[in-house]
Amino acid sequence: MRAMRGGVTMNAQRLPRSWRTGLRSLRAGLRGWGGVGAMAAVCALAVAFALLLPLTQSRGDGVPRTGGQGVARGIQANVAAECANPQDQSPEPSSLDGPTISAIKARKDRRLIVGVDQNSYRWGYRDPNGGRSAELEGFDIDLVHRIAKDLLGDANAVKFKAIPTNQRIPAIKDGRVDMIVRTMTITCKRLADVAFSAPYFLTGQQVLAPKSSTVKGYDRTLGGKRICTAKGSTALDKLTADKAARTAPAATADIGTTVPSQLDCLVRLQLGQVDAVVTDGALAASQAAQDPTVELKGDTFTTDYYGVAVKKGANDLAARVNRILERYRQDGGWQASYDKWLSPTLGSRSESAKPPVPRYK
Amino acid sequence: MTSTSSAAPLSPGSPGGAGASGPPGTSTAPGLPAIPSQTGRGSAPGVPQPPRRTAFAEGVDRLRASATTEPGRLRIIGALLAALVVAFGAVTAWQMTDRSSAADDVLHNSQPLSSAAADIYSSLADANTAASSGFLAGGDETAASRERYQKDIRNAAAKLSAAATNSEPDSEAARTIADLNERLSEYTGYIERARANNRLGFPVGGSYLRLANETMQDRMLPQAEKLYAKENQRLASDYADATSYPWAAIGLGVAVLGALGWAQRRNYRRTNRVLNHGLVAATATATVVLLWLVAGQSFARSGLNDSYDHGIRSLNVLHNARIASLKARGNENLTLVARGAETVEVNGEVVDAYDHDFEGDMNTLGKGLAQAARLADDQAGKRPVTSAVGGMAEWRSRHKEARAAYELGDFQQALARVIGDKSDKPTGECFDAVDTALKTAIGHEQTEFTSAAEDGRNAMTGLPVGAAILAVLGAAGAVLGIGRRLSEYR
Repeated sequence: MRAMRGGVTMNAQRLPRSWRTGLRSLRAGLRGWGGVGAMAAVCALAVAFALLLPLTQSRGDGVPRTGGQGVARGIQANVAAECANPQDQSPEPSSLDGPTISAIKARKDRRLIVGVDQNSYRWGYRDPNGGRSAELEGFDIDLVHRIAKDLLGDANAVKFKAIPTNQRIPAIKDGRVDMIVRTMTITCKRLADVAFSAPYFLTGQQVLAPKSSTVKGYDRTLGGKRICTAKGSTALDKLTADKAARTAPAATADIGTTVPSQLDCLVRLQLGQVDAVVTDGALAASQAAQDPTVELKGDTFTTDYYGVAVKKGANDLAARVNRILERYRQDGGWQASYDKWLSPTLGSRSESAKPPVPRYK
Repeated sequence: MTSTSSAAPLSPGSPGGAGASGPPGTSTAPGLPAIPSQTGRGSAPGVPQPPRRTAFAEGVDRLRASATTEPGRLRIIGALLAALVVAFGAVTAWQMTDRSSAADDVLHNSQPLSSAAADIYSSLADANTAASSGFLAGGDETAASRERYQKDIRNAAAKLSAAATNSEPDSEAARTIADLNERLSEYTGYIERARANNRLGFPVGGSYLRLANETMQDRMLPQAEKLYAKENQRLASDYADATSYPWAAIGLGVAVLGALGWAQRRNYRRTNRVLNHGLVAATATATVVLLWLVAGQSFARSGLNDSYDHGIRSLNVLHNARIASLKARGNENLTLVARGAETVEVNGEVVDAYDHDFEGDMNTLGKGLAQAARLADDQAGKRPVTSAVGGMAEWRSRHKEARAAYELGDFQQALARVIGDKSDKPTGECFDAVDTALKTAIGHEQTEFTSAAEDGRNAMTGLPVGAAILAVLGAAGAVLGIGRRLSEYR
């Protein structure tokens, strides 16, 4: 379409030139081969007009069509805005108590009930050697304590619940938990079921492989290799789609190994049953932290944001969490937590090393 | 008929004098010359010089010729009676040797092998349970739980190598054992990796433990169960061999008595004498052998059947119940190790995979214990089963509380309710109670089995030898008895 329009423009520019040529030749023709020249010029003009007429007409047709297209694209852009940037759908920060927050504060046991992971090293896990008092710890857990502190005035006013990956949305919908802080990626599909806070962490799918491996990232060095992914993970969706589309490197790779939990992939990798793992960069880093002989390979090849999930419609809670996140970023709490838990494996120059800048709805 | 009455007046004189010592000499001495004289009388003068004939044909001819005279008939009858009695003894000895050795196999071979297979099975399940308990305790792992795991692994390895020696090379059992051996080293490798990572504080240790558990529950235990089933099959076939009625021997015994009865009746009809000592003695020994055979076999059968009904069946049920309780305990631990890492969908509801398995194992345990209670036939057998049932009920209720604590997010409380100290009222206490009770019950049934099976086997003791000796005596009696009659024809 654009090429055609370009063609029209070029012809239109040539038009005055041909006019001028025609006039000049008319004058010259009048001087010398007047009659013949004039005839030729008229003929040329007629031909030029005849040729140009449909083009101008089509150009006239083209205007409203382009306009229509523009409108259509605008609508698409609106739909895409909901689905291309799901991380930008959270309400503006606010410190007001809505019905959800009031209900939490009115509890007899005045504690926040939060769904977390207990097996993600550096994110949410329990040190097995902590004895009886072993507390949950990690980046997600720090955030939960901060939310409890700002919301209820006590960092420990939290009841942690271990929620399996595939139970995150049902747990929110059934009201078993107030919120989920569990390396949960904000996606359009999930937005249909739950509401999210503004993003608090930027990550993306990344490749993990032994340091000595020839694999360099999500590129042709991964061709023909055996890749491990977790069942139902974003990574598996991506690899399956790429394989179906015959996109390298997934086209030639063996993606048959799927495990119940992403951490099981590290086991497979250590046992030599697979050559590489594809998972969220943040979780890949948590795996790398448990084995000094493996490392993240290449950059993230997708962009994902983690958010705090709350019940759909609990806008007061989402807005309050956004306010808390805002302060958390500003007073350096976020950075301190990152430096403590994630910097050793993700590094301080990673794109994840700074909190993502939120945009609200 | 007329010949009998004509022979009758001859006999009254002779029995008194030469009765006891005469027959051996008289029966052979007059017998041998008697035959040529008879054949000479019947055929020698008529036939000039026949062509040379085979010994067999001559023998048949002689027999046919002798069958026409009373002494000849008596000789044939005597020979047949002796042969029948000896055959009866031989078949009895042979069949009872078979049964006795099958009973011996039950007692000393196939049952110990079946119990060794059950031991492999339960040692493996127990090791898995001990490993997960130790893992949950992390750095606080007690020496007892570590030792329990190590003892189980050693025991399983030792029993596996013993089972390998007892299995036929290239048989299915041998392949199963080889596979189990291979997996055992794989399994212990995973456990050590799980331990090491756990000590470093890495959650990947939990993933290794889950992998080890999967290797055990999905690959090794089914193989061990197969081995156990195979050994039980062998046991059942030994039982069938030991308790099958020796029909051939019984049939022959009845035939011998019939033949002896007929011979004596014939004797009575011809001589009008009621008792022929030799034949009576033969009848008596044959009767004794037959009675001994039937009674001995019946006692043995009842003993063996008893050992099966009250021993083996109870043992099977108890072994299965014990393995269900071990699996349940392992899965209970794993719920706390996996912390929701694996889920299954049941009737549209997503539940923790290990908790779901736990419930299944507990149901198996409940059914097994109910069956064991039905099979237990005495107070000593019932008591441990009852106490296991009580322990299981308490376990269930405590598990519910531990689960509730876990669901509420109180992991420490949940952990304490599973592996904690006595004061925490942990489910581990109930599991130990169930396990101890089941071990006691298994020990009791094992004793019951051994004593009943020994009774059964002992009922057959001496029967083969006794039958053989008595048969020889009986045969001698029959020959002597007939010899007495023959001597009257001198």
